[in-house]
Amino acid sequence: MLNKKIYLILIISFVFAISFWIGFNVNLLPAEASINAPIYDELFKILFIIGLIIFIGMTIAVIYSLFKFRKRNDQIGDGIALEGNLSLEIVWTIIPSIIVLLIGLYSYNIYDRMGGMKELNHNHEMMSSNTEKIWAGISQNSDNEIKKNNLSIEVSAMQFAFLFNYPKGNFISGELHVPVDQKVSMKMESKDVIHAFWVPEFRIKQDIIPGQPTVLNFTPTKVGKYPIICAELCGPYHGGMRASIIVEEESDYKDWFNKNKKTEVNL
Amino acid sequence: MTISIDPQKANNESLQPKGWLRYFSFSLDHKVIGIQYLVCGFLFYLIGGTLASAIRIELASPMSDFMPRDVYNQVLTLHGTIMIFLWIVPVVNGAFGNYLIPFYVGARDMAFPRLNAVAFWLIPPSGLMLVASYFVEGAAQAGWTAYPPLSITTPQSGQIIWIMSVLLLGGSSIFGGINFIATIIKLRRPGLKLMQLPMYCWAMLGTSLLVVLSTPVLAGTLILLSFDIIANTGFFNPVLGGNVVVYQHLFWFYSHPAVYIMVLPAFGLVSEILPVHARKPLFGYTTMVFSIMGIVVLGLVVWAHHMFTSGTPPWMRLFFTIATAFIAVPTGIKFFNWVATLWGGRISINSAMLFSCGFIINFVFGGITGVALAQVPFDIHVHDTYFVVAHFHYIVYGGTVFIIFSSIYHWFPKVTGKMLNEKLGILHFIITFIGFNLCFAPQHWLGLNGMPRRVAEYDPQFQFVNQISSLGALLMAISTIPFLINVFLSAKNGKNAGDNPWNALTPEWLTSSPPPVENWEGAAPLVEEPYGYGKKFVEQK
Repeated sequence: MLNKKIYLILIISFVFAISFWIGFNVNLLPAEASINAPIYDELFKILFIIGLIIFIGMTIAVIYSLFKFRKRNDQIGDGIALEGNLSLEIVWTIIPSIIVLLIGLYSYNIYDRMGGMKELNHNHEMMSSNTEKIWAGISQNSDNEIKKNNLSIEVSAMQFAFLFNYPKGNFISGELHVPVDQKVSMKMESKDVIHAFWVPEFRIKQDIIPGQPTVLNFTPTKVGKYPIICAELCGPYHGGMRASIIVEEESDYKDWFNKNKKTEVNL
Repeated sequence: MTISIDPQKANNESLQPKGWLRYFSFSLDHKVIGIQYLVCGFLFYLIGGTLASAIRIELASPMSDFMPRDVYNQVLTLHGTIMIFLWIVPVVNGAFGNYLIPFYVGARDMAFPRLNAVAFWLIPPSGLMLVASYFVEGAAQAGWTAYPPLSITTPQSGQIIWIMSVLLLGGSSIFGGINFIATIIKLRRPGLKLMQLPMYCWAMLGTSLLVVLSTPVLAGTLILLSFDIIANTGFFNPVLGGNVVVYQHLFWFYSHPAVYIMVLPAFGLVSEILPVHARKPLFGYTTMVFSIMGIVVLGLVVWAHHMFTSGTPPWMRLFFTIATAFIAVPTGIKFFNWVATLWGGRISINSAMLFSCGFIINFVFGGITGVALAQVPFDIHVHDTYFVVAHFHYIVYGGTVFIIFSSIYHWFPKVTGKMLNEKLGILHFIITFIGFNLCFAPQHWLGLNGMPRRVAEYDPQFQFVNQISSLGALLMAISTIPFLINVFLSAKNGKNAGDNPWNALTPEWLTSSPPPVENWEGAAPLVEEPYGYGKKFVEQK
């Protein structure tokens, strides 16, 4: 009996050890390039480890039962007539409930840190008088670290392209240029069908909906060129509906901005 | 009060065809209708599988080079629609439900035999109509979700035929649901208590409640959508002031419960199969019943988790996270109980058992990714990517389709009186299990790293992993060959099964194989302990 308990403890520690090892050593995610990304990856790691413990544990239990309790040729008759065990049922109702609840609270915390629970608004100077309803989106945590000015961009999506309007420079670009470490606030609207704005390296996605403006806020943290991918089936060329986001140093961004901006109108 | 007229006596029996012809007739026999559902569903499975192969061939290279882009969208729309509405839903509900439920409640037939036949005969024409829509102006190409405005702006004929077909299939599903509820509640043999019913009855009761509560919402939604398409109304069309997000709410109010309509019957079937081959009572009968009902209730209030990146405000995102994650609790209870059923048994390692255990392993994996997807911040990254594709194939293929095969191995002797070949069966399991995991496990990585779903072309850096996935799909296609050979050879020359080859205790085994038209020669037996293994002495072969 004591032996059995020791084996059980050994197996459980083995499952935990291997799950933690995989969780910390196997990276399934792309580069982290926004302040949301490390927060997301923290959640991913925790869910990955819990998931591995449950999956490896259940798989071992199934395969072990198949092996240990397989019917030998010389055996006749049935297995034990065990119809249930109330305390076991209570244990495996309460423990998963607690795990699920903790995961839920933790992901609420993650979502809050990503700025998900903040009021949705698109802080654009020109729109202060405009009380257009914003339907959905991801706000940004009003972190004190980022005190610099926000960059406001208006995104319009259509079959099969994204257009980025820089109101301050009064120009439209097919490529999204943003300075590193600065908060970007985008208001997005579709001209035809539903599209979605997704940058895997930023871990953010928001649908772009006709007739219902949505917002998306993010702060890039790493200089580089990343894909913008449409993630909502939008027609035959859906797979080809991609653009690029170029995160650059502030000086490079200023150069690009000044080169493109139209001087005649500047409200 | 049960039905007043025995359907078999009310009908002139000599007019009913005999032999194989009866499967092409408007038969009122629940067993014939069950087989009609199964074979018809399997034929559509072959069509849907061919479409899936076409998708995997297209995705073996990063360019859109195998078929035109709009045809690709038609293929993925038809694949999803056929697999859901013509294969999984009719087979786990209609086929096994019709065959088994009257046996389990001790009845001679379903409560409404004519409605039952009508429900089946709606399926072949609407399925053929759906497939044939490709030859009109091209089939629907807005995905099986048919989100407006895309579904309004793509060619109309395909979309309208798609809507009509799904409406008819939904109607068939509702007829079936009403019939199952009436049969389980009202046609129980005198003396048989609800808590003595085999677990599949409970699963079908829960499923049928979901069908009856949620399918009419889908029907209403699709009718409004068809008005938008043909009558230029503006329910969902944003150009006319409609709201596209309302469609998504209405659609998922049905289509999330539809996931439970696809998996709850499988939960019921596996609860029948495991005790028989493990020679042990089903562990925790009462908690299993309550967990089914818990899933039914929770399943109705989680739909918006499909819309976390859509037009849903933050508070709504949070409510649906918690509700969705909590479904893991009753589902988890069921899985722990199944493993406890195996524990301490005398397990026969046969095809039915292997497919059931494959189901447990695959579904646990899909369930874990499901809990992760329920978390809003997690979902925001992977929504509408291959991660989601992988997740739901682990649920519906790794889960339900594995159980359909397990059930075929388990009940084939009852239906035909012949045993299936075990060696071919185990070969079928091995190829299916490896092929399935090879096909869908790598897709999780694809989704996490930036491959959206429903695309014909993708970033070339994903080519190698996509080719592994396509190789898995090829194995899955090959795995059907030993299965089909097995079924045809065994039906003809298989070993005679006898009435009860598994020494099972549920009522369908207490009659001849195949069963007589009236199910039992004499009165229906009263089975108070359908899982009483190890209690009574069961004679071994």
